Amino acid sequence: MGHTLLGLLESGPRHGYDLKRAFDEKFGHDRPVHYGQIYATMSRLLKSGLVAIDGVESGGGGPERKRYAITEAGISDVGQWLGRPEKPQPYLQSTLYTKVVLALVTGRSAAGLLDTQRAEHLRMMRILTDRKRGGDFADQLICDHALFHMEADLRWLELTAARLDRLAKEVGA
Amino acid sequence: MSAYPGSLLWAQDLRKVYGPTPALDGASFSVRAGEVVAVMGPSGSGKSTLLHCLAGIISPDSGSIGYGGQDLATMSDARRSALRRSEFGFVFQFGQLVPELTCTENVALPLRLAGVGRKEAQRAALEWMARLEVAEVGDKRPGEVSGGQGQRVAVARALVTSPRVIFADEPTGALDSLNGERVMQLLTDASRETDAAVVLVTHEARVAAYSDREIVVRDGKVRDMAGTV
Amino acid sequence: MSQLTKPPVVMVTETDTDGAGGVRGWVRELALGLRFAVTGGRRGWIRTALTAFGVGLGVAMLLVASSIPQMLENRDGRGDARQIAKYDSEKASDRSFLYFPNNTDYHDITVTGMLLQAEGKGDIAAPPGLTELPKPGEMAVSPALAELLSSPEGALLKDRLPYKITATIGDTGLTGPNELAYYAGTSALTEASAGGRSEGFGGGPRFSEPLNGILLLIVLIAFIALLLPVAVFISSAVRFGGEQRDRRLAALRLVGADRSMANRIAAGESLCGALLGLLVGGGLFTLARHWASEVTVWDISAFPSDLSPAPALIALVAVAVPAAAIVVTLFTLRSVSIEPLGVVRNSTPRTRKVWWRVLMPVLGLVLLLTQTGSISMGGTSINSLLIGAGALMVLVGITVLLPWLVEAVVKRLDGGPVAWQLATRRLQLSSGTAARAISGIVVAAAGAIALQTLFSSVEGNFIKPTGADTEQAHLHVSSQVRDGAEARAKLGQYADSRGVAGLVGIVESTANQTGPKPAGEEEFLFTALTVGDCASLRQLAKLPSCEDGDVFTVDKVDKYDQYTYYPRAGQKLSLGGNRNHGDAGEQLAWQIPADAKRVKALIDPSGERTGGVLATPSAVDLAKLSKPWATAMIKLDFKTPNAMEHARNAVAELAPPPQPTTVREIELNEVNAKFAGIRTGLLIGATATMALIAVSLLVTTLEQLRDRKRLLAVLMAFGARRSTLCWSVLWQTAVPIGLGLALATVGGMLLGQVLLLMVGTIATDWLVFLPIIGVGAGLILLITLLSLPPLWRMMRPDGLRSE
Repeated sequence: MGHTLLGLLESGPRHGYDLKRAFDEKFGHDRPVHYGQIYATMSRLLKSGLVAIDGVESGGGGPERKRYAITEAGISDVGQWLGRPEKPQPYLQSTLYTKVVLALVTGRSAAGLLDTQRAEHLRMMRILTDRKRGGDFADQLICDHALFHMEADLRWLELTAARLDRLAKEVGA
Repeated sequence: MSAYPGSLLWAQDLRKVYGPTPALDGASFSVRAGEVVAVMGPSGSGKSTLLHCLAGIISPDSGSIGYGGQDLATMSDARRSALRRSEFGFVFQFGQLVPELTCTENVALPLRLAGVGRKEAQRAALEWMARLEVAEVGDKRPGEVSGGQGQRVAVARALVTSPRVIFADEPTGALDSLNGERVMQLLTDASRETDAAVVLVTHEARVAAYSDREIVVRDGKVRDMAGTV
Repeated sequence: MSQLTKPPVVMVTETDTDGAGGVRGWVRELALGLRFAVTGGRRGWIRTALTAFGVGLGVAMLLVASSIPQMLENRDGRGDARQIAKYDSEKASDRSFLYFPNNTDYHDITVTGMLLQAEGKGDIAAPPGLTELPKPGEMAVSPALAELLSSPEGALLKDRLPYKITATIGDTGLTGPNELAYYAGTSALTEASAGGRSEGFGGGPRFSEPLNGILLLIVLIAFIALLLPVAVFISSAVRFGGEQRDRRLAALRLVGADRSMANRIAAGESLCGALLGLLVGGGLFTLARHWASEVTVWDISAFPSDLSPAPALIALVAVAVPAAAIVVTLFTLRSVSIEPLGVVRNSTPRTRKVWWRVLMPVLGLVLLLTQTGSISMGGTSINSLLIGAGALMVLVGITVLLPWLVEAVVKRLDGGPVAWQLATRRLQLSSGTAARAISGIVVAAAGAIALQTLFSSVEGNFIKPTGADTEQAHLHVSSQVRDGAEARAKLGQYADSRGVAGLVGIVESTANQTGPKPAGEEEFLFTALTVGDCASLRQLAKLPSCEDGDVFTVDKVDKYDQYTYYPRAGQKLSLGGNRNHGDAGEQLAWQIPADAKRVKALIDPSGERTGGVLATPSAVDLAKLSKPWATAMIKLDFKTPNAMEHARNAVAELAPPPQPTTVREIELNEVNAKFAGIRTGLLIGATATMALIAVSLLVTTLEQLRDRKRLLAVLMAFGARRSTLCWSVLWQTAVPIGLGLALATVGGMLLGQVLLLMVGTIATDWLVFLPIIGVGAGLILLITLLSLPPLWRMMRPDGLRSE
């Protein structure tokens, strides 16, 4: 979140509410971010010197509004963040794996479990596809990201379903 | 006689054996008008055989297939052919366009096979090609257009007879994801518009996600996923 | 499961510094191609097998064609060897024998027969194929005759040959394995009644009439017209499976073969097909040789050993065929570029230039026109090199004109039903392939039409209507008898025989002038005296009235008439036989009554006209006639089965050898034997060529279908009717063949006409091309029919299952 806000500030100084609106518009999608969260983050960034107060406006009767600007350090920090690859998450489905093994060990239907999961995944994918069809370009890209992830999960589900026998043997069920 | 009230096309307990192994082993299926059903499953599971049976291209060894109050499983080849000409449309993975005909002529082909005049068929073909954004390749031969364009021509050809059911067997199999998605979008849009059912065989989840419902074929048996949720 | 082994390390270095075009490169890549041809998987193998079989068929044809001269030579040689060596003047000796040729016809086959009677007790030479002369009452027969006589079909012939079979004539004594021949021993011959006396067989000077110019021309054109399609066929056989081969070559390009390497590998593959084809051809030819003895065509059969082509011709075939295979392959690959990722057919092919395509046949025609009027019935030499070249250029010209024509026409085809559209569009995309596939049939048809034109117009020179009336009489029998009484008796017996419905019976004899030889003549003048009842005489001349006792005179009937004298009423004749042969003379004089009328001769039912004196039985004393001929024109009763054979049997029984007897079937036309032989040969050759072409067309069609298996399945899925697809296959074959046949008709008629100009006539029958067109159309139908079952199979939806 911090990096995202920093990035937004790069185009110019903004008020806290401006930041929230921009964030919601571009990344919020499902749920708008709480202003408190923005405020907390900005405080942390101020402390580490990545942003500075550009000015304070006191609106008539309203709360005073700080205007934030990004510092040189902040700019280089965003640059570093963007340049650093995200750590791949190899154990994304560890919960699911645990469930499958448990099902096998306890003699429940692992195949059924996988099928249910699969149906759920596809249901989600269908929703995302629908949103993608209705949404704008940014929506499409984001939905695609999710879709590809879920497709990968689905492949794992299929592969596991096809190799349940072997897994059962390995776990001694 | 419908075992599946409200369904447009249904199949009950289909069995089909190729050589020693059963391709279908008691498969049942149904699709409603305007519904897009994805048929998924590992390769060799019998997906395509199911589609071929449903479309009346081949006859199952046993079981029944209902469409419009008739049983396709016991229908003569000539009548099944007539049905395919007038009520069904087809999209395959590759090798489906007649290489020596122009794209427009390819699209017009099903109409002409059904006895529609040349001019009228041509006009309808051009309309559909415009809908699928391939009007500009009308005079080219299939060998001269890109894979995505070719597949869209194929979709136009499947839709040109205003079929009640469209059978698509891995329609995006030979395309990259961008082109594949575009084809799926155009196909499902068109089917919704015309209230045509789509039976979509695919192994790609993202393609299947364009469906309203999916079934999985495993070892010649069908699991209807909607039922297990 | 398996142990990991270290892969061998291969250093790839560019050692071939002499470039791709080097001799070593050639050899290496040809060899590579050879290997691919046999090891290139199932498909490559099928392709090679197809090519080998096709080339083999062609090679076998070439070998058969090239052994024909030798075959005829061998036949004639054996025929000569069994000719009786003539020593007519010889006195009887220990080594002499009497002979009497006694051929007979059985149904449509001639049975060659010879009666032999040993005179001496010494060592008498036996005819070829026998070790000794058959004893009286026994006979030696050819194997084919033995078989016929022991079968039910030969029952009637058996009655005619009342001899006991004691020996078999060996191969050296027969012109062919299926010849029907016998030698019978007899004791009935006398020096007077025998055909002659001799002491041996063969050795006589050979008299062989050379073919006249027109026949030579026909033979020359026939060879070109029949062998050119075979060459075309071989070149198309080399292309069998070309598209699959191209795809395989593309894969080779992907792993680093350059274009010329790929071409040479392709050439190597074709070479393999061609070499295997030579082997197959040799094998087929060997089979054909064995089979040859089983077959009789128009009385001619050949021993396997007769079919042996000259070594030089074999060598020519063995070199030319593989060389042609390579050339054709390289030529084909010109218009195809095989790229690593697939085959690119030059989608905008060079527009076919028409000028040289027209120039070629035109030049050929011009060449032929220089020979106008150079050939006649009388001449025996023709400028075969020039005429051959000219005809070849015209026919080859037609094949090079064909692709242009097909392209130009199909380009303009449009509209029509779906089947038509599918066919024409396909043709538009690959008119060259279509044209190539049918060029064989077009050449064959053009050649055949030219020959037919030639034939039908010169036929008159070789086939003469006899003028016979085959409604009135079917068998002409004439036997020499002792006297008039026997003649009359014989005619009555004929009339009563089985299968005979009626006859015109006459007694023919030679009569001389009375008195001394006229001044300046070496011989007595002689004429014919014919005696018969009024009904019979009415068949010979136009009689104003006739009753028994009347006599008529007839003047010379035509220029070929052999008689030297045409007596008038009141003149005296001597009847005792021919005085020139020392027969009785003056004392048997008979006077032609003074009231004998002069009448005009008619063509009798056997097609002849009789001059001289016609008399009714009461007018002349039949007993006075010496050695007259009893002649019957027999009308058969066809309600009796095998009436003809029964009648012949009756003649053989009533006038047994050595009574001189001629029996001939009365026919409407008299056909020159050589002409008939050539026509027969042509028919056989044309049939074989057409069959060959049908094979290649079928292969091409099936190949095209196989390449389109998936597409057919998709069209079926769309609900296309089978009939629609069948029609499109039919159109796809029919359109180019129709065009080709049209071209063949024009070209063939032109060629025929120009050839006729050489002979000095013009075409008379403009419809001779119709039967050939009919054959072509039949061929289309046949190909389509034969390709239907596979088409049917391919249209099954299994084709949709991905490979």
